[in-house]
Amino acid sequence: MEKRKYYQPEIETMPVEQIKKMQSEKLVKQVKHVYEHVPYYRDLMDKKGVKPEDIHGIEDLYKLPFIEKSDLRETYPYGMLAVPLEDCVRIQSTSGTTGKRVIAYYTQNDVDLWEECCARALIAVGADKEDVVQVSYGYGLFTGGPGLNGGSHKVGCLTLPMSSGNTDRQIQFMTDLKATVLCCTPSYAAYLGESLHDMGYTPDTISLKAGIFGAEPWTQENRRELEKSLGIKAYDIYGLTEISGPGVSFECTAQGGMHVNEDHFIAEIINPETGEPLPEGEKGELVFTCLDKEAFPLLRYRTRDICVLTREACPCGRTFVRMSKPMGRSDDMMIIRGVNVFPSQIEAVLINEGCSLNYQIKISRVNNSDTFDIYVELPPEQFDDSVKNLTAKEKSLQAALRSMLGIGPDVHLVPPKTIARSEGKAVRIIDERKLHD
Amino acid sequence: MAIRQLSVFLENKKGTLHEITDVLAKENINLRSMCIADTADYGIVRIIADDPERAGKILNETGHTASIREVTAFAVPDCPGGLAKVLSILEENSIDIEYMYALVTTSIDKAYAVMRTNDDKSAEKVLLKNGIELLEEENI
Repeated sequence: MEKRKYYQPEIETMPVEQIKKMQSEKLVKQVKHVYEHVPYYRDLMDKKGVKPEDIHGIEDLYKLPFIEKSDLRETYPYGMLAVPLEDCVRIQSTSGTTGKRVIAYYTQNDVDLWEECCARALIAVGADKEDVVQVSYGYGLFTGGPGLNGGSHKVGCLTLPMSSGNTDRQIQFMTDLKATVLCCTPSYAAYLGESLHDMGYTPDTISLKAGIFGAEPWTQENRRELEKSLGIKAYDIYGLTEISGPGVSFECTAQGGMHVNEDHFIAEIINPETGEPLPEGEKGELVFTCLDKEAFPLLRYRTRDICVLTREACPCGRTFVRMSKPMGRSDDMMIIRGVNVFPSQIEAVLINEGCSLNYQIKISRVNNSDTFDIYVELPPEQFDDSVKNLTAKEKSLQAALRSMLGIGPDVHLVPPKTIARSEGKAVRIIDERKLHD
Repeated sequence: MAIRQLSVFLENKKGTLHEITDVLAKENINLRSMCIADTADYGIVRIIADDPERAGKILNETGHTASIREVTAFAVPDCPGGLAKVLSILEENSIDIEYMYALVTTSIDKAYAVMRTNDDKSAEKVLLKNGIELLEEENI
């Protein structure tokens, strides 16, 4: 049987104008639904002086108020629910690493919509009915396992619901049942790769051909390493519990960014400082509006992820807009001497240079000019008792950071464990500038 | 023909030097000589001690960054021009000195020094060839 190129070709390859028209129609209905059923959002709209009648299509999207993570905490647990609780069949929840947990509700339609998104993602990396999909994301409140599990069912793959952990068992099932597609976090994929090597397996002796990795930031270099170590093509997937889960956007075999499932979600890029929408191709904060979700239909939800959208034609034939891998988080973004700097960029350089991720950034302002210092804990194995060699190490780090960031910080090497930690997590950024009165 | 030196990476902060000497004192390790190189951010303490391996292990175990490396130790006549002679030999042979410091000694007619060069093996060879006395750990 020939493999399918798309899960829902009529939608995934729909002409852009038609997608926009469809989005406009759905948006008008969705805004009305939310205004009528979510008092909290109704208040936000009233405060902004916007009525559902003011929204005629996606061109009016900018008029709607944003929803932020803090709104979800404030309305915990039921405040954003837009249908009676009896219509809900499922909850999922965030890990709560950045504060209180967020609970998202799903009707059966919401679950189906989400699983369809994951099914599209699987077909897009070349999976179909004859494939064996090993889902090694965690199952439970975390959306990774349930999302890909449901998508794999919809495609008709044999699904191995492994969840995460128990590596020996993972490898036994992977090899005995000849899994062809692996879905997990990139760090767990790397760990599975190492374990396979330790057990004497080589990429030729396992059947994997593709991996769908998400839920964590990972780099192009990670991609190359995973592809080499597992003998696969490694693909990115993006999603967040607040919007549904993995599959909000997904990568195709062109590996050139993730297609946003635009029939269900509108993606916008805004200036994180001002909230102004930015034109296509500009870097800014990603904002999602749910068009079809019933139970937990967030409008203009600020993801805090910084990325770029493009509508350039994709060789795969999908017309859905593509988003870049998130380049950082807007809540961590620093503006230093007019340049946007993200801790994630600094971390990428430190990892590349074999340095510890225990670092601290100090920004101050002297004579109306920003000072930018980075303190990096020197790994013990890189210690050299010559000042010349340590200074050379600082200079090389500075050059690498300058090339990544566009501005060069002053790098200071300090002994391990000397950077202050509070509650186990290091204080990363000290900004001593007084930019607001 | 080299002696082992203990190097410790320290934060340039009050009390850090005392802390490591205290750790070594409690372990009954005697310090023979010491030299500190410092920058605004950090200091490097280089120590000639008895039982450097044990000293390094103890420091690492107590959360410090310490390493052991071999350095060249030599003796020169304790008179004007004694050190200049050694330096001229090194210069003639294009050997660069990373650092050098004096070793504390009880000898009355000789001065001892320790150094790290960009090429310790060649440095030792040319010094020996020119009649400079090199020291081993048991001589200090």
